[in-house]
Amino acid sequence: MTDYFSQLSEDVRFQEGLNACINCGTCTAICPAAEVYDYDPRILTDMLQTRNNEMVEELLKSDMIWYCGECMSCKTRCPRNNVPGLLVIALRNLSQKTGFFTESEKGRQQLFLKRSIGEWILNYGYCVYAPHLHTSMFPELGDVWDWIDNHMDDVFTRVGAKLGKDGPGILRKIQSEDLDELKAIFDATGGTERYETIEKYSAKKAKEMGLNLDETHNNEYFLKIYNDNDKNHHEF
Amino acid sequence: MEQTGKKAIWQEYQKEIAEDKYYYARSCIRQNFFPGSEHAFLNILRNNLKKDLHDDAKHTTCTGIGYHSDVVPMETTMTVVARNFSLMTEAGYQNYIPSCITSFGLYTEIIETWKHFPETLEKTRDFLFKATKRTFDLPNNLAHTSDIIYKFRHEIAAMAKYKLVDVHTGRPLRIVDHIGCHYSKMFPEKGVGGAEYPYVLAGMVEAWGGETIDYPERRHCCGFGFRQYLVKANRSYSLSASRKKFESMQPYEPDFIITNCPGCPYFMDRWQYVIAETEHKVYGAGGKAIPVLTYEEMAGLVLGYNPWDLGLQMHQVPIEPLLEKMRIAYNPAEKYLGVNGKDLGKPVIPELFKYQDE
Ligand code: SF4
Ligand code: SF4
Repeated sequence: MTDYFSQLSEDVRFQEGLNACINCGTCTAICPAAEVYDYDPRILTDMLQTRNNEMVEELLKSDMIWYCGECMSCKTRCPRNNVPGLLVIALRNLSQKTGFFTESEKGRQQLFLKRSIGEWILNYGYCVYAPHLHTSMFPELGDVWDWIDNHMDDVFTRVGAKLGKDGPGILRKIQSEDLDELKAIFDATGGTERYETIEKYSAKKAKEMGLNLDETHNNEYFLKIYNDNDKNHHEF
Repeated sequence: MEQTGKKAIWQEYQKEIAEDKYYYARSCIRQNFFPGSEHAFLNILRNNLKKDLHDDAKHTTCTGIGYHSDVVPMETTMTVVARNFSLMTEAGYQNYIPSCITSFGLYTEIIETWKHFPETLEKTRDFLFKATKRTFDLPNNLAHTSDIIYKFRHEIAAMAKYKLVDVHTGRPLRIVDHIGCHYSKMFPEKGVGGAEYPYVLAGMVEAWGGETIDYPERRHCCGFGFRQYLVKANRSYSLSASRKKFESMQPYEPDFIITNCPGCPYFMDRWQYVIAETEHKVYGAGGKAIPVLTYEEMAGLVLGYNPWDLGLQMHQVPIEPLLEKMRIAYNPAEKYLGVNGKDLGKPVIPELFKYQDE
């Protein structure tokens, strides 16, 4: 059996995040994720300190590792210097490397994140990019955003922005030579490989689930992972 | 005079903040949702405080939102950050000031990781050189842009046109702050006031005449949670966390919310809108929602900047009740106009947010 625990231990975030947990529950008391999900950072940390490989494999396939919001509130408060949030980051990375992320509903959402944030980074040099934000996907952007969306150049210019223009400034066009450097960094460091891995395992899963998945944002699999939320995630 | 109690604790968290010559790194979120705030920051630094600030067209996102959505691996993020440091080095600067808390937290964490695991720094140098032929120096000083405004809060107070005071009663405005988790929860010693007694915004509020309320959920997350907001299926996570904060601040009847992060004001503003629209509930006094400001907007108002130059028309919660309290001169008719008075129509105004004759 593959030694997932050793792979996890190689991650510096795992090394930083796991010391001896005394099961005090402080992290759980202040964790925003524990308030809304069937999630408990104390239990997660305690499970990991047993170093049980089968259990790690189970975690990599589970919804549990996708509930955390990476706020790092647990880092400040843990009396023993554990950081459940960092353990989660390490688990999520391994879950994607191994392809196990498609085994859980919450894990499958990684495809949406890759195709939005992930691609905007490489295409525009920004994590988010106003011309792609609409109330159809993000209704809470609100009535005011519909107005901004309809007059985007004018509203941004009014407040001193340089949306899509050359030179320095707010939401300026990031030049192709800079985007090329970004892409070269992604190629050299495993970023591109990560994106490809997410696509590859998602395509496999979509097929298994009998759902259509193409390159657009408008297909059965993509809309399902973006919209569906099994109520059991919130059962305590 | 000997400092005691909270003041003594704040004293421990007085971080070093550079005096001048800044390399400015823009925030993805702030540029998209509060562009006027970045514009105001540059104006305040250059025109009011006469500082040297480099605004570089070549830097990119740090990939922070991608990193914390777990789609961008650590090695990639470290190398993109290294490229931004390389641009700072190339421009001849040493004081790096990101406009984003996610970035600030990530830069801090990466620099600490490079210290504790020197092999990760070497690997990053190799990656960056291989990909771009670039080399880089680490910044001498790393500070969030709010740290800079905090540092010069007394200078700003001396130039102020308005105070954070209800001019009708002389009462200092009651202000609730939200610091943003990644500012100091990971490395408390890197933030003014640490994680327990955050002082970066409270210091500005006090210097400009207001009063900070230490409400119970002051330190709770706004609920961004990266994937927890971005994916629609998870979004109730985000709403629930903001709501917990609204309920905790409501009894104190705050005049406004002040925020540190670029993302938090978006959630504080928009989740109030969602609750008003779906449950017909507002959290401010007198049946009004609580206005939300970025610290740049607050500084801009105090300095007498035009509210529409600051971009306050891009908020969902109306800001006018605050402008009235401070008796700030503004022209309501210009709120939604473009450059040179161009008519851009108006957004639909939600019923509970209607102000005067809207
Ligand atoms: S706060 Fe730390 S020691 Fe306590 S349960 Fe959580 S991880 Fe374990
Ligand atoms: S980082 Fe994750 S586990 Fe830690 S408090 Fe935040 S949501 Fe909870």
